Amino acid sequence: MLNLDQYNCLGEALRDAIECWPTETCLIESDRNKEKGRLTYSDFKDLALPLARALQDADFKPFDRAAIIMTNQSKWLVSAYAIFYTGCVVVPLDYKLTAAEHLQLLAHSQAKVLIVEYYLWRAIMQEPTFSNHKLKTVLVTDAPLKAELAGAFRWEDFRRRGDPAFVPRKREDTACIVYSSGTGGRPKGCVLTHENYLEQCKALTAWYPFWPGVRYLSILPTNHAIDFMVGFIGPFVCGACVVHLRTLRPEFVRDAFTRYKITYVSLVPMVLKNLERGLKAKFDELSPAKRFVLNRMIALNKALTREHPRVKLSRRLLGQVHQAFGGELLAMFTGGAFMEPSTLQFFYDLGLPVANGYGLTEAGTALTLNDFKPFRADTVGRPLPGVELRVLNPDSEGVGEVAVRSKTVMSHYLDDPELTAETIVDGWLVTGDLGKFDGHGHLQLFGRKKNMIVTEGGKNIYPEDIETVFDGLPVKECCVFAANYIWPEKSLGREMLVLVLRLENNQEFTGSLKEQIVACNRRLPDFKRVGGYCIWNQDFPRTASMKIKRNVLAEAVGQSMDRATAVAEL
Amino acid sequence: MTTSDQTLDAILNLAATHFKVPREKLTPDGDFFKTLGIDSLQALDLLTRLEHHFHVELPDYELQGVSDFRTLADRIQARL
Repeated sequence: MLNLDQYNCLGEALRDAIECWPTETCLIESDRNKEKGRLTYSDFKDLALPLARALQDADFKPFDRAAIIMTNQSKWLVSAYAIFYTGCVVVPLDYKLTAAEHLQLLAHSQAKVLIVEYYLWRAIMQEPTFSNHKLKTVLVTDAPLKAELAGAFRWEDFRRRGDPAFVPRKREDTACIVYSSGTGGRPKGCVLTHENYLEQCKALTAWYPFWPGVRYLSILPTNHAIDFMVGFIGPFVCGACVVHLRTLRPEFVRDAFTRYKITYVSLVPMVLKNLERGLKAKFDELSPAKRFVLNRMIALNKALTREHPRVKLSRRLLGQVHQAFGGELLAMFTGGAFMEPSTLQFFYDLGLPVANGYGLTEAGTALTLNDFKPFRADTVGRPLPGVELRVLNPDSEGVGEVAVRSKTVMSHYLDDPELTAETIVDGWLVTGDLGKFDGHGHLQLFGRKKNMIVTEGGKNIYPEDIETVFDGLPVKECCVFAANYIWPEKSLGREMLVLVLRLENNQEFTGSLKEQIVACNRRLPDFKRVGGYCIWNQDFPRTASMKIKRNVLAEAVGQSMDRATAVAEL
Repeated sequence: MTTSDQTLDAILNLAATHFKVPREKLTPDGDFFKTLGIDSLQALDLLTRLEHHFHVELPDYELQGVSDFRTLADRIQARL
């Protein structure tokens, strides 16, 4: 791989990667069982540079911001490289947000350019606030020929001949603005520098190297910190290849493993559990004799890999299982949301190790990762090289808030010095997560101090972001909490959002009120919905400026009521 | 050509059969994640079944932001 210490910015590193491995395949795009195309590094450059030139000709200046909203595909990475090449900033947005949320973040980030997939642009154009947008140039991918684009250009046509000017950046300059949450309340735009990314990449590839021929299956959205690193920057600075699937249907994901002989993949718990279910179902179909043999091979593999994985041995002992994953899989990565240790153990015993890790957008991609020396199903691993972690104010069991100091920690929150000052204190990023180190230097997580949840699909949901959907409920007041914020549990499971209601005097909780709550809830995407409600019988404590004192309210509710009896499911 | 109501009815029947849930438990405006007890990956599975039934290709994004059968039916109807 390239020596990243010699580079000041991602544009330089990617440019050299292209020159280093011009004929290596860097991208494969597949849609269901059809391969849509492959690009070599040289092809990649030939697509990106005319785009970069066209952007420069359209007055896209160094330090300007360009948002990308697309499902995973080659055009995402081509666009990002073109933006870096011109010395500009990438604002990767989640394609699963609503059109209203997209417009809100586009405004917050002050993006000048938007590069967006047609079906998303179509929804954005229909938003009532669409005409307020301040975008100067919009490029739409895959737009039908006669589609109305409201002045946007077709991405495929937006290119100019002639060499674009390469604009280098310094390490401390902004590379990306990545939103860790916050479309409803206070958008949290993490300003990540070129140094953040270069250092993160160096740390990750030290433990999990890529090289030409390695194939990474990119399933997590590329706007997410993990996939941006492990499904773009990491493979590219090593001459490796990224495989994009245009669909996430399980049968096509399974096919992709075998068709492309995948080396690495990152998965959220939901997908891993789906794979586990599928494998167990297949095992259940085996005859008793074959099942006996399989179980013995699994037990033998488990015993022989107790100290560390032994990939070649596992592939020999459990050949058919490994062939179902393409026969070249070295590791799967997961993190962010709670992962059942039993699922991690299941895969490890099959010789398909899942490296569970921990990180947050504010600190790059990953802070800790399991290195399988030996495998641990009950931790989120050891700190990566260059990452300092400590536990603040540990209790009698050694559990306290995790804080991190590292060159991968963001510069600040965009336009929010107050929140930045609360989050980065004396050079340490306070994470809001609770954990402790065991005797082997592994971090174990024990819940969250902060009022938020991470879904099984890896999404951060902050209650303040979704509360507004309950405005207008005929109650005295209401607010949303992460249930574990009110009733702290020393684990990360059972995450859900709870609506706390204060009824009017003499108001009864009726079926009609419940229906209204359900109707409000349904306006949210399924992964953002509250899971239950509870009734609180006192007015909410408020500050002089009438803001709810959430920590005071949560403590009062938590101390007065038992979660099991107080929370009714929605 | 299939009408909207026919499309909706077909979806409800298919969902009930595939996920082994009593048909009477499913309503057009009901949250199919809850009533079928499925996650988003299993919802994609339902989309595949609907493609086969209606002989139409349905990209994953047709499920984006959708959680009730009626809206899903409208999206499919628009492609028929």
